[in-house]
Formats: sequence, C-alpha cells, structure tokens
Amino acid sequence: MSIRERISGNEAIATAMRQINPDVFAAFPITPSTEIPQYFAQYVADGKVDTEFVTVESEHSSMSACMGAEAAGCRAITATSSAGLAFMYEMLWVVSSSRLPVTLACVNRALTGPININNDHSDSMGCRDAGWIQIYAENNQEAYDNYLQAMRIGEHKDVRLPVMICQDGFITSHAVENILLEDDDAVKAFVGEYKPENYLLKHDNPLAVGPYDVCPYYMEHKMQQVEAMKNAKQVILDVAADFKATFGREYGFFEEYLMDDAEIALVLIGSTAGTAKACIDKMRAEGKKVGLIKVRVFRPFPGEELAKALENCQVVAVMDKVEGFTNEGGPLYNETAAACINLNKRPKMINVVYGLGGRDITTTDIEKIYNHLYMIKETGEVKEHYLHIGQRSNVKEVF
Amino acid sequence: MAYNLKEELSKPERFAPGHRLCSGCGAGILCRAMTRAIDEGDKAVITNATGCLEVSSFLYPYTAWEDSYIHAAFENASATASGVEAAYKVMKKKGKIDDTYKFLVIGGDGGTYDIGFQSLSGAMERGTDMVYFCYDNEAYMNTGIQRSSSTPRFANATTTPVGSVSNGKEQNKKNLTEIMVAHGIPYVAQTTYVGNMKDLHEKAHKAIYTQGPAFVNVMSPCPRGWQYPSQLLPEICKMAVETCVWPMYEVVEGEYHLTYEPKKKLPVEEFMKLQGRFKHCFKSGNEYTIEEAQKYVDKKWEALLAKCK
Repeated sequence: MSIRERISGNEAIATAMRQINPDVFAAFPITPSTEIPQYFAQYVADGKVDTEFVTVESEHSSMSACMGAEAAGCRAITATSSAGLAFMYEMLWVVSSSRLPVTLACVNRALTGPININNDHSDSMGCRDAGWIQIYAENNQEAYDNYLQAMRIGEHKDVRLPVMICQDGFITSHAVENILLEDDDAVKAFVGEYKPENYLLKHDNPLAVGPYDVCPYYMEHKMQQVEAMKNAKQVILDVAADFKATFGREYGFFEEYLMDDAEIALVLIGSTAGTAKACIDKMRAEGKKVGLIKVRVFRPFPGEELAKALENCQVVAVMDKVEGFTNEGGPLYNETAAACINLNKRPKMINVVYGLGGRDITTTDIEKIYNHLYMIKETGEVKEHYLHIGQRSNVKEVF
Repeated sequence: MAYNLKEELSKPERFAPGHRLCSGCGAGILCRAMTRAIDEGDKAVITNATGCLEVSSFLYPYTAWEDSYIHAAFENASATASGVEAAYKVMKKKGKIDDTYKFLVIGGDGGTYDIGFQSLSGAMERGTDMVYFCYDNEAYMNTGIQRSSSTPRFANATTTPVGSVSNGKEQNKKNLTEIMVAHGIPYVAQTTYVGNMKDLHEKAHKAIYTQGPAFVNVMSPCPRGWQYPSQLLPEICKMAVETCVWPMYEVVEGEYHLTYEPKKKLPVEEFMKLQGRFKHCFKSGNEYTIEEAQKYVDKKWEALLAKCK
C-alpha cells in the first residue's frame, strides 16, 4: 500500500535511502543537498538502518570512500551538489571505469564563479561525459521513484555503472509536496540485495582493482564502458516496467506531454517541465498545438527515441539550464540537434538557455518562447539559434 | 617469539616478484616487509596511492599483490581505505564474512605528505582501523624527481635544481611523523631498512595489530632521485640513522620511545656524501649548506630526545 505524505525532495531521497538500508553512506555536506545526510544521520542515530555512515572530510573523499566500499562488496551511496560534485570529478571517472555501481543523489546547484547556491544544471552537466548514468526528476515523486530504480539499473550485470539521481536544488529539494511513498518491505523487495560477482573481501579469492592500464588494453576497457552504457538503455526500460507493475507509476527515457499532434515543442530537463505544462494547457485552450518533451534519462542519451518523438514537429526549442560557453548552445541542445541530423524531415531547432543560478522561469517566459517558435514557423527563418531568456537585458534574449 | 629474519623470509611471499620497481628502490622492500608482518591466516586489503609503486606493481593484466588490492587515485588512498574498512565493518555486522582482514595503505611522500595529506588526516581523525605506510623517498619520483614537502633542504630536485644562484631546495623537510602524533592516534612510528629488518618488522606488526589508526613513516631511498648506485641502499639507510637524520622511534598512545640510539652520532655529511643530490654541498664555498643541515638535524634530534626522556 502506498502511503500519502507531504515531504520535501531531500526528505523523499533520504526516505528512499532508509528504506533501501544501504551498507555504506559517505557524507560531506553542501547546500542544497545537506539535508539528505542530516536526515540519514538521524536514521543512524535512531538505529533505523544498519549503514556505516562515514563522515568524510571532503566530497573527493566521499566518492573515494564509496569506491572503496563498493569495491569491497557493499552498496555505497552519497549525496552532493555543485562544487561538491565538481570536487569529485576525478573520482567520478575512476568509479565508472572501475565499473562500480555507486549511487549518488545530486541536488542540482549552479557551479561557483561567482558563488551561487541556487539551482541550475551546471554541476551534473559538467560531468555528463564521466561515464555515469544520469536520471533527472521533475518533482519530489519522481526523485523518490528514480532513486528506487537506480540500484537495479546500475548493479545489473549488463550495466555495472554508477548512477546519478538528479533533482533541482531548492525547487524540489526543499519544496514540500504531496508524495506517494511505498511500504518499506515493498521497497526492499523491489530493490533487492547487492550481489557482486567479485569483490575485495571475497573469501575465495582476492581481487585487484584500479590497475595502471597501458595502450594495448585501455581502449578495449573504454569500449566495454560504451557497451555497458548501451546496455543500460534496455535495463532502464525493464526496471521501469517492473516499477510500473509493482507501484503503478510509469517511466521511460522521457515524458511526452501533448506531443501527438504538436507542431511546436520544447525539450527540457527537470522542474521547469511543470511550468511548461501549465503554459501548454493555457495555449492548448487557445487552440495552439504546442507540446513538451521532458528528458528523464540524459545518460545514456536516448537520441534515436528523441529524434523519433520530434520528427513531426516543425519548430523545436531545446532549453538548457546550463551555459555551455561553446558559442553554439548548451549540451541538451547540441545532443538533441545531433540526434535529429539524419531525420529525412527534421524540425527547425533553437537553443534557449535559462534559469542560470536560480533565475526564475515563468509561464510568461515559456509562452514567449512558444511565440518565438511560431514566428520561426511562419517566416520559415531561424535568425538566431542560440538565445537566452530571463536576463536583465535583451542581449541574445528570446524576442 | 624472538624475531628471526630467516624464518620470516621462509613465509609465503605476499608481494610477488615480477613487479617493475627499480633495483635499489626501497618501496619493494617495504611491500614485502609490511605484508610479512601480517599474521599467516589473516587476510588483508592493500590500498595504494598513485605513484611509482602503483604503476610498477599492478600493470593490467598483471599484479604483484597476493592480497586484495585497490588503487583509486593519487590523493585519496586513505579515504578509499576508509570505504573498504567501513564495508568490512558492515559485512561483519551482517554476518556476510568470517575472515579477519587487515587494512594496509601505502603511498609515497607525494601521496602522503602533500596531495594525500587531507585524506590521510581525515581518516586518522575518524579512527579508521588501518595502517598507513609512507615510503618516504623525499620527492615526486614517479613524475621525475620534483621536490615535495618531504624533500630536505639543499637537495637537488628537478623543480629545485641547483644553479648559479641556487643550492637546491630552500625549505626544510616537513615533519609528518610529528603531525601524525598530533592527531592523537594510538600508534605512530618512524623506521627504515637497517640490519635484519627487525625494527621495521616489529613496528609494522605492532601497527597492524593496534586497534584504530596507525602511521608508519619509512625512509625509503630512491636510486634515481638520490643518485646512488643501487647496492648502496642499506648503507644510506644506516647512515640516515647513525647521523640522526632519520631517528628510529615510536609513539605509543602518546608516549615516545627511541627504538635505536646511535652509540656515536655521526656528522650529517656521512649521510649526504653518499648521494648525488647533495653533491653541490661539498663544493668549495658551499660549506654553509652542510653546517646548516647539521644544525637542523641537531635541533630536531635534541627535541626528540627530550620527548623520549
């Protein structure tokens, strides 16, 4: 039986962690993810979990301790944000290439320079190529549900990759929303035990982890990671199917909102989907055929499926909550555009960068973007493919 | 039972031949000695910081380690070991394993004094049940003999080269052993490769079988960096001890014990003259370098003696 609750996104993640009862949690605080280890520390103090809670002295060490624990044969988790994730950057690569399915709860926050504690996706997008599976949430429910699926995906023998479960800092991490929590036993049964094949503390034989890998082997090892990431696609769908059968809520690579007949569409990640849906409902009532694709799984990137979902649209704006400084737009735009390049009939496509450092994005902003796309549809001309919205000036702003 | 080198050497090797360390390198000696100090029947997980030892002992697909081994990165051997130790505790608690494991961490001075210092300090403060062995060869040898905070004053290193206006490194060596003592951990020791390795063996065994964190700093000459013919390693170690450049002592629960006191403290040049990295110190006009080195050693030695009394 599901339990109706009202909790924040951070508490939802901490609750999922308690229910899973992982072996090792290596913790170092950083806003806005700090509440997760705080809630968990209380579970430890109250004897609600068996977890070894290792209060390390930095995020680099939290990811290192997770690596040690996971290699030793345990389920290891951590949580972080922003500079904390950046500080782990080196270890993210080591963990993924060592094929250790660590689970990281990422509460997205802007990267420093200048320091800012609010939400954007610069932290997790900055490590998008580190070999981690990345799954994003629109709201607390999705954050919770994604977390319950994470270990089944990462630990699958065809995958063996670490998983990052992302949600928007403050917007969902601190906002208290209605949520359906699942029963502790049902969660444990769904997630199951971690049973690695080889590990450091295995009685029968020792294991060596983290070799110096020379040219004749390194590329083959990278190709194995490529293969694992490819395999992750099917596993993500299989786990989602079982999740639906068990708990009733449906997930895929992305959510399509009123896309069947959409001429104009947005593609974006995270909590802004809620804002966009409110705007779509209003515009649909006015007879405008607008739609939305909310990307849930960014790694592995569901390029083929995304291209298919967009092929009947005429104009698309891909929205990045991160500035790429590429002069050609953000990562979601570039990858979506690349995925569509071989379609016989492909939509015109622009990039809109938004919400940097917690800058608000409103239904009015979303409507402005849709109207801009209508202008492109009518004139057949993309004057500027790389725009921003919500600035204090009009420089490269959506017009 | 009295220590007997012959008996110790008849135990099965836990650090196998075939590794690619240079001849005359101290690191391999330490690997053999520290794993010999693990009681037979007990298992171990070795955590290793990036460095010469790592790239020489575990080149895919070969490993010289008979025990489980993990290398993560340069600066995080202690944190990685913390994770392994935490895993052990929880698996024991859950009844998933019966074996007794010991957690040995090994890194060079780069991975210990410098880039891995924070991680080391954190693991020690948390009371992690592990022993950190530093093979201190007093420079970043793996990248080509750059200075570290462990490099002694006046040593010629590739980032503190001797030149027309330079006589090598300007700063004295960081005293990491004392910093570890300041952590208030149950066991800290300093040793090196002398005689029949009794001192090293006993300290390693004590450290491994001390509950909680322990730190063993092992002066570990490097033939490339220190510039000596490989067969001179034992002589250099001996001179390090006889000149009091590298005193052998241990600190048990805060109490200092000198484990060897030279009958007659030799002048510091007896240690320096064996090594090419100090060659410039013996040139006419550079007498002050040896005088300064001697003054520093004397000061440190007196301070240590005072603590041991």
